[in-house]
Amino acid sequence: MEERTDTQRSDAANWAKPVRTLSTRDVPAGAIDANVTGRRPVGATTGFGKLWQKSFSVRLDGAAVTPQEVIAIWKTHFGDFWPKGQRMFLPAGGVAPGEVGLINASTMPGAPQMASGVLVVYADDESFSFMGAEGLPFAGPLTFSAVDEGGSTVVKVDELTRASDPFWELSLMMPVLRERQNNIWRATLRNVAKHFGVEGRVESRIVCVDPHWQWSQAKNIWHNAAFRSTLYAVLRPFRRR
Amino acid sequence: MTYAVRKTEVSIRRADAGACIIAVRGEVTTASEKTLTEGYAQASAPGTRAVILDFSGLDYMNSGGIGLLVMLLVRANRQKQRLLAYGLNEHYRQIFELTRLDEAIGIYGSEAEAVGAVGA
Repeated sequence: MEERTDTQRSDAANWAKPVRTLSTRDVPAGAIDANVTGRRPVGATTGFGKLWQKSFSVRLDGAAVTPQEVIAIWKTHFGDFWPKGQRMFLPAGGVAPGEVGLINASTMPGAPQMASGVLVVYADDESFSFMGAEGLPFAGPLTFSAVDEGGSTVVKVDELTRASDPFWELSLMMPVLRERQNNIWRATLRNVAKHFGVEGRVESRIVCVDPHWQWSQAKNIWHNAAFRSTLYAVLRPFRRR
Repeated sequence: MTYAVRKTEVSIRRADAGACIIAVRGEVTTASEKTLTEGYAQASAPGTRAVILDFSGLDYMNSGGIGLLVMLLVRANRQKQRLLAYGLNEHYRQIFELTRLDEAIGIYGSEAEAVGAVGA
């Protein structure tokens, strides 16, 4: 139970300031910086596909670590916990409200790396949330959190997302690709648990909360990061140095 | 430092024949799900064309709270109802703009404007 004082908690410092479009800074060597600058962040209301509520969680039974300690480590080393083949680059500020991270990820075997990014829209000492740039497969908030449940810290990834355009929606109707995406979070949580010395079992709960396609958002395909990344890869040798 | 956590409280009243107002006070986080969902169920009785959220008593919202509002919007769309809001201070207006909720939930400066928009 929270101790009552006269101080009302405030969320003012936890939210990013509104931005019309994203811009990157401090891009590290080796990162592909494409399909982020000039893109808008996308929410679940601006995606195309069915709306999915996905929750992945792992209990850190036996680990003497608080939710706040987990989140502090996760914010600092976020990219390190991603599975092989997926890379995330954050500026020196790390996971902090308003920061923009670059994602270089493999989406399907044989395809060029997809380059895109996310905006850190929210961060406090128990959670942080991202919104993707236009063109990323998903539109909607991704929230990473840790909470005490029955004396153990439980680490979670929650998605409330739609596929951002018809290409991604149709792609994710294929079970192999859909599970590949879900397995990114399962692997991430297993890596987080391992960091704290726990071989945890990841629980998943995946529910379709709105089965309708938002046809007004089909135009999002113009920004599809997979298509644009492929074009970027093809044209890269011809770019002026 | 420890902080007071103010739970979510809602009160429902009818604005006119087709619109109901849900006044939200306190915090909106994932812990508010039951309260908001039950409040919406009460507000969206048959014949309700629009549900108006009064956020003038909102103290605190995290990203889980935004997720809840998305779910309310899904419910409103499913029931062919409009979801509108008023009473947001500048900070929360910015959050609605940041998360692009303002593109789906009509934001108004006052109760009168919101109720007027239902009839428009």
